Amino acid sequence: MAERSSVFDMIGPVMIGPSSSHTAGVVRIGLVAHLLLNSAPEKCTVTFYNSFATTFEGHGSDRAILAGLMGMPTDDNRIKTALDVAKERGIAYQFKPVGNASTMHPNTIKIHATSGDRSIEVTGQSLGGGVICIVNVNGFTCNFSAGTDTLIIEADDVKGSIAFIADVLSADDCNIATMSCNRRGKADIACLVIEIDSPPRDITIQYLQHLTWVRSVNHLKSVR
Amino acid sequence: MAILFDDFKSWKAYCADNNLALYEPVLEYETTQKGHAHQDITDGLLRAWQVMKEAVQTGFTEDMKSRSGMIDNGGKKVKNSPITVLSPEFQMLVARALSAKEVNACMGRIVAAPTAGASGILPGVLVTLQELHQIDDTKMVECLLVAAGIALIIEQNASLAGAVGGCQAETGSAAAMGSGAIVYALGGNVTQVFNAVAITIQCMLGLVCDPVAGLVEVPCVVRNASAAAIAYSSAQIAISNVDSVIPVDECVSAMGEIGQSMESRYKETALGGLAATLTGNAIAKKVLIHDIEIIDEGETT
Repeated sequence: MAERSSVFDMIGPVMIGPSSSHTAGVVRIGLVAHLLLNSAPEKCTVTFYNSFATTFEGHGSDRAILAGLMGMPTDDNRIKTALDVAKERGIAYQFKPVGNASTMHPNTIKIHATSGDRSIEVTGQSLGGGVICIVNVNGFTCNFSAGTDTLIIEADDVKGSIAFIADVLSADDCNIATMSCNRRGKADIACLVIEIDSPPRDITIQYLQHLTWVRSVNHLKSVR
Repeated sequence: MAILFDDFKSWKAYCADNNLALYEPVLEYETTQKGHAHQDITDGLLRAWQVMKEAVQTGFTEDMKSRSGMIDNGGKKVKNSPITVLSPEFQMLVARALSAKEVNACMGRIVAAPTAGASGILPGVLVTLQELHQIDDTKMVECLLVAAGIALIIEQNASLAGAVGGCQAETGSAAAMGSGAIVYALGGNVTQVFNAVAITIQCMLGLVCDPVAGLVEVPCVVRNASAAAIAYSSAQIAISNVDSVIPVDECVSAMGEIGQSMESRYKETALGGLAATLTGNAIAKKVLIHDIEIIDEGETT
């Protein structure tokens, strides 16, 4: 049984219209990309799939995704003018509507964004009520809502790595809510996505980053 | 005892057994079940109330023309109309509900209460209530808690989403929340508050969700105004001790049953009703994107 709603689901969220799935949820997907990139992008290509492909303009999802990519929260009044703000900031953006992707959720967005020498790719679904599910990060399958703090760790596929990381987090008093792990292949790169109930300390993140077998650690603060 | 909002009957019994006002169990639910501090709940609701009032004002002062062109400053037009069909208060109620909902359609800031599609109803109802009856903000917070309690039960036993239960689930629930809040604020007892909710649901049952071009504009905006009007007519009926005959919990069940048997073309898919009319189709053709790349079925990313 799903967890019951809060008073603030009934009187809220405070958001920019017109639709929780087409604006609030889309801003959140953009925010995840923003956090992964650590900045607003210099260049981005956003693909709107299926239902989103026909409706993204009418519902303002194009403005919403750019607003998220620039780090604006879901109730930011500037979302309405995000296309202009992006142009002023010199962000080169491109939208691509793609239909007929029958294996994908009706409201799916894929973002490819670059800033300096950093480049990321994120695929997310807007599930309704502003709730999202991130299903792919940089080619790795995953499944998280970004409603709580999330760690995305790319590391060599070595024995004991998951147990080691879980132990470090436990020592920092972080309770793991969910965890998923995928790899490119045996002894290749693996990607560990961990949702935690409270944020880890910076020193914990730094420690993990300095491990020889860890390629990268991304700490995504919850996006609400 | 863990307070869980299963139905209106148990809410009423809990209030009677513990000698509580109607809003108190909702507050207790949010603190014990959701872990929010009392002060945070009050602050959060005051913020929501502030955003609702601002939305009404924004709709009156800024240009409310939507990207599709279907929405064009209706709230302002009603407010400034020289012809008053019923009373100045009624004119303002309709104007405010339109105004706040137009802000939503035009990408402004609103409170989804309970949803973005119904975001004009509580602002219209409650701003009018406060002004007409000089109700202070403390009482308005209690009204919002009562409204939230009503919505929590409807969500549990029917639905609040147009895609699941049709328009009745969104605007019907918001109207029921508003109607209950009016009767509560004006000193009605629990029976009268719940009768207001029941009568409102009876008036909103069966409404389908058939948005033109799939946009949250037509008929959503005008339905927010009519729902606000129904909230007031139901409140007037209930506070005058007219019985709903069918108890409120059974009205909610009926809403759930109707929502379940509604065909999917009437649930936000824009495939039936007003969306499928000649003009509705023509508008969809104009505003939707048709230059879409079709990918091979094998490709997934």
